[in-house]
Amino acid sequence: MPRREIFTMGDIACAEGAISAGCRYFGGYPITPATEIAEWMAVRMPEVGGAFVQYEDEIASITSALGASWAGTKAMTATSGPGASLMMESVGLAVMTETPVVIVNIMRGGPSTGQPTRGQQGDVFQAKWGSHGDYQIIGLTPASVQEMFDLTVRAFNLSERYRVPVFVLADEVVGHMREKLVIPDEKDLKLVDRKMPTVDPSDYLPFKPGDDLVPPMALLGTKYQFYATGLTHDERGYPTDSDEVQIELITRLSEKVLRHVYDIIDVEKYMLDDADIAIVAYGTPSRSARKAIKDARAEGINVGMLRLKSVWPFPEKIVSELGSQVRHIIVPEQNMGQIYYMVRAFAAPTPIHLMTKPAGTPQLPDEILQKIKEVHSL
Amino acid sequence: MTTAPATLVHPMSKYIREDRLPWIYCPGCSIGIATGMIVRAIDNIGLDFSKVVFVSGIGCSGRTSGYFKTGTFHTTHGRAIPFATGVKIANPDLEVIVVAGDGDLAAIGGNHLIHACRRNIDMTVVCINNWNYGMTGGQFGPTTEHEKLTQTSPPPIGNMEHPFNLIKLAASSGATFVARWTAVQVRRGITSIEKGIKKKGFSFIEIVGACPTAYGRMNKLGEGVDMHKHLLEVTDIQNGLPPHEAEIEYDKRIVCGEFVDIEKPEYTDVLKQMHAKVRK
Repeated sequence: MPRREIFTMGDIACAEGAISAGCRYFGGYPITPATEIAEWMAVRMPEVGGAFVQYEDEIASITSALGASWAGTKAMTATSGPGASLMMESVGLAVMTETPVVIVNIMRGGPSTGQPTRGQQGDVFQAKWGSHGDYQIIGLTPASVQEMFDLTVRAFNLSERYRVPVFVLADEVVGHMREKLVIPDEKDLKLVDRKMPTVDPSDYLPFKPGDDLVPPMALLGTKYQFYATGLTHDERGYPTDSDEVQIELITRLSEKVLRHVYDIIDVEKYMLDDADIAIVAYGTPSRSARKAIKDARAEGINVGMLRLKSVWPFPEKIVSELGSQVRHIIVPEQNMGQIYYMVRAFAAPTPIHLMTKPAGTPQLPDEILQKIKEVHSL
Repeated sequence: MTTAPATLVHPMSKYIREDRLPWIYCPGCSIGIATGMIVRAIDNIGLDFSKVVFVSGIGCSGRTSGYFKTGTFHTTHGRAIPFATGVKIANPDLEVIVVAGDGDLAAIGGNHLIHACRRNIDMTVVCINNWNYGMTGGQFGPTTEHEKLTQTSPPPIGNMEHPFNLIKLAASSGATFVARWTAVQVRRGITSIEKGIKKKGFSFIEIVGACPTAYGRMNKLGEGVDMHKHLLEVTDIQNGLPPHEAEIEYDKRIVCGEFVDIEKPEYTDVLKQMHAKVRK
């Protein structure tokens, strides 16, 4: 399809991004504030020859997406906090079986049922540590309707490239805001497909990685026979309780992500060159921060922003360098402080100031401006 | 020079990952018999085995997928059916078979089972019912009979709960083919699995088996051979009986047969119709 410009909502931009990325399977369950993604997919998937399937719960939704992925279809699910909690089991299965899958979480107020119609950023840590065991995932954090599209495309590409579940973590405000969306000409989109095996089927080892630590992925129903399991497995895919295999596998599953941070991490540096105060933000609070920075600069305060478009794997090196560049760092988050702790871990001993707001209304520009002035006076 | 003695080759060995043998099952377990039924059914139909996909969950029966020499996936506990559903919808040309235990399918995966029956997606579910959770050492499950003893339903009462009748559950949830056999009705079981595979719709086949190591020991039901002899004695074959009459009582009577064989629009067929209509 040629380039198009439409005025639309973040959730719909996300769905269109998925379709442009080649997603042809959506498994979901209705949940506010992510339902618009499912509704849009219910109409659009059949139009592009794909499938929208509504399941009995979020556990089935994500698990079916894993099945579709192993049958060779780019697959996704979308949900919000309560559904994300149910999905954590299969996030671990996707990590262990190295299944490409995209999980969108339009974050609402929690814990529990919380505030379904109101935004928050309370699930950022859950995305990283929600399933049991040690592992790495990728988490992207859009802050606009356009980024809902762009980062969803990117989520599919990264998921295919590294055979890892990728989260799109958007707060409800980003999911429901309406802005201009430019859908690029499909010829201009760079899409990535998973590596497939080329060896003779008798030589195929389903979990033997390449130099990039990612194994080529055979599909179900092909000449390649294999066993994929959530159990710790060797290169043949066979279960084992060996210490050596467990250590090798778990290390590789993390390393295949961590070794490629240069390719995965995505940040925007806004007015940081001469800054002595930095704001680290993502999602909706970063939009308020941008306005506050302009206002503060009008009053002669050198402040800038490191905007995280990806939070997992955490940009440790970039934040560490930021810590040595500026006098103070402010972290406004729509939660009780999550990424704040990551910033503190890597930017210390630079003072880190947390602005919490675990509620539907994000930090307003004026509130951030006041905080900048307060920190500036220290 | 002496000639090496001819090695006996099992007629079904081409379907099995022999490099994974011997398998994990205890002596006297029915899972091997059920596995044999499935590959013989596939062999009888003459399916291209590379197009057959096995999906299983957790537990003893959940380990079966790993022994079939084709595309196989071992999911988390209870999630075999949703995974298999995703596979089938993404590639309807594949023959998707779920092999699972009673605990996996009817307890932790119970919601997926009933909704898959309702949704009517073309797949064959073979449920090996051994009356308890065997792999974890014998705890009561969704098919354990009232007052039977397990590690978590100890004397003096035994199981305080009541079991599901899986035939009634699958039939009332909308499955289009429903059958039950015990592990000793091998020939009949194979025929029903063949019919289930050929059926364009959701097929549910219960194979009632024995777990002498856990359930048999705790309830003094004898060794594997004794339990299988018993299954033969209490079997009451009633093909075509209304499913709500397909009673199952270990001590007295296990009604076996094919109880449901109906036609209903199948999900991937309907999806194809949807594609044809929206693309006009």
